[in-house]
Amino acid sequence: MGGTVISLDGLQIGTRDDLTKAMESKGCESSSCGSSDAPEDMDPATWEKVKDHPCYSEEAHHYFARMHVAVAPACNIQCNYCNRKYDCANESRPGVVSERLTPEMAARKVIAVANEIPQLSVLGIAGPGDSAYDWKKTKETFQRVAEQLPDIKLCLSTNGLALPDHVDDLLDMNIDHVTLTINMIDPEVGTKIYPWIFWDRKRRTGLEAATILHERQMQSLDMLHERGILVKVNSVMIPGINDKHLLEVNAEVKRRGAFLHNIMPLISAPEHGTHFGLTGQRGPNAAELKELQDACAGGANLMRHCRQCRADAVGLLGEDRGQEFTMDLVPDEVSYDPTKREAYRDWVAEERGERRAAAEAAKSETAGAVAEDAAAMLVAVATKGGGRINQHFGHANEFQIFEVDAEGVRFVTHRRCDNYCVGGYGEEDKLELVIRTLEGIDTILCAKIGDCPREDLEKAGITAIQDYAYEYIETAVSAVYRARMGLPAGIAASA
Amino acid sequence: MALKIIKSQCTVCGACEFECPNAAIKFKGDTYIIDPALCTECEGHYDAPQCAEVCPVPNTCVPA
Repeated sequence: MGGTVISLDGLQIGTRDDLTKAMESKGCESSSCGSSDAPEDMDPATWEKVKDHPCYSEEAHHYFARMHVAVAPACNIQCNYCNRKYDCANESRPGVVSERLTPEMAARKVIAVANEIPQLSVLGIAGPGDSAYDWKKTKETFQRVAEQLPDIKLCLSTNGLALPDHVDDLLDMNIDHVTLTINMIDPEVGTKIYPWIFWDRKRRTGLEAATILHERQMQSLDMLHERGILVKVNSVMIPGINDKHLLEVNAEVKRRGAFLHNIMPLISAPEHGTHFGLTGQRGPNAAELKELQDACAGGANLMRHCRQCRADAVGLLGEDRGQEFTMDLVPDEVSYDPTKREAYRDWVAEERGERRAAAEAAKSETAGAVAEDAAAMLVAVATKGGGRINQHFGHANEFQIFEVDAEGVRFVTHRRCDNYCVGGYGEEDKLELVIRTLEGIDTILCAKIGDCPREDLEKAGITAIQDYAYEYIETAVSAVYRARMGLPAGIAASA
Repeated sequence: MALKIIKSQCTVCGACEFECPNAAIKFKGDTYIIDPALCTECEGHYDAPQCAEVCPVPNTCVPA
């Protein structure tokens, strides 16, 4: 995989190979940071922890759902990409929320969702402020939920400033997943991202603020790692500010034992009212993000399936059913009925085994037939989950992108076409948006597609195929690739 | 001497409530309010009023 890395906002950083080499010298040393998606890639205890967590296992995210409850509105730092006044029900990005809940309301909502959505496996608290700073509310919510739903995974997302004070509580509550947002390991870089922090009874600014935040973030990471709590590090990629620096962040958090590193694009627009939005700071494009992620990929430890969801999101990653569970729709009294979730888990256990076997078969078939140096191909898939091609093109608000070559099929990322409020756009505008979203994609696989959009996609150089409806993604992508290479597709229909 | 919260600017995050050393801030109706009888502007406790230090919106916790 050669390829020249795109210039990141004026930073010329050579080829991807150079960057990968640079990373290898100080990158992941042990198996402790492997994220990947299959049990053979990690020790059994770790797999047991992540196998049902959609944010920690790429494979799990095809099957399991998470929900966030917005019980923690208070925050102890200010970030230049965040505006605490902003809210929009049609908007999807971190920190945004429509309805704030007390711990008691949140617990009722979780039970109501668990009764309706059998895929639910994780409850996360991600603000809309900071869950570790607003700890009393976070803790009470977890305690109330755990009483009624002991098998749900609890996790939280925090900037790390207040976290070291609560690590013992995390252990008491069996919380084994924590997400830390770390955007820098050099406080000088931090001064461009954080205007102030509230620490030890004072508002602190500039280098002092960034230095304290950095030290507490590293302390949080070390304490969590020592106690066997899996840490995902989230970093916001801000072109011209920390894009190149994130390579160093990646190496350092790996060294300190982070399980996963999730590099997310800055979402920035003037109407968000954030400092970056108002000063015209742009976010990275899909190619820039992928280049940075690829440059960091020394040890298969990047999360590429993040959807940057809202602080009150409900559902599989990429879908948000939060509007079905607003508090006015949640009964005053709910009791948990485990039957649906238990039946679903039994089904998943069987299904994911079959899917893995089908993917392996497709891989060996392709590896045996295609030349080792054959060019890779990018395929977009419309799916509602379960690892199958099961969504109508017109219903897809996002696409899963897979890369395929002689070595097999790899999940690369999602591309969304609904990141921002798109109200007022007509259908035609939406198709244009989708085509822009699919830039660089060779083929799209979906359950069904109308003639008009298929022809428009064809004009844009994208082949839309519905022949593999309801089949496993890996099997179908392999078949398409083999056909492109002039070989018989030879798909063994597994659906 | 006391502070007050400008309601139209308040994000209702509640950070001020638990930073207040005098328990002078309470959630009432749809916003937080400061009880002027309890507020000391943090004099004798800290260098600066805690509510104003932690508030995410400039000029929202101000002298009454």
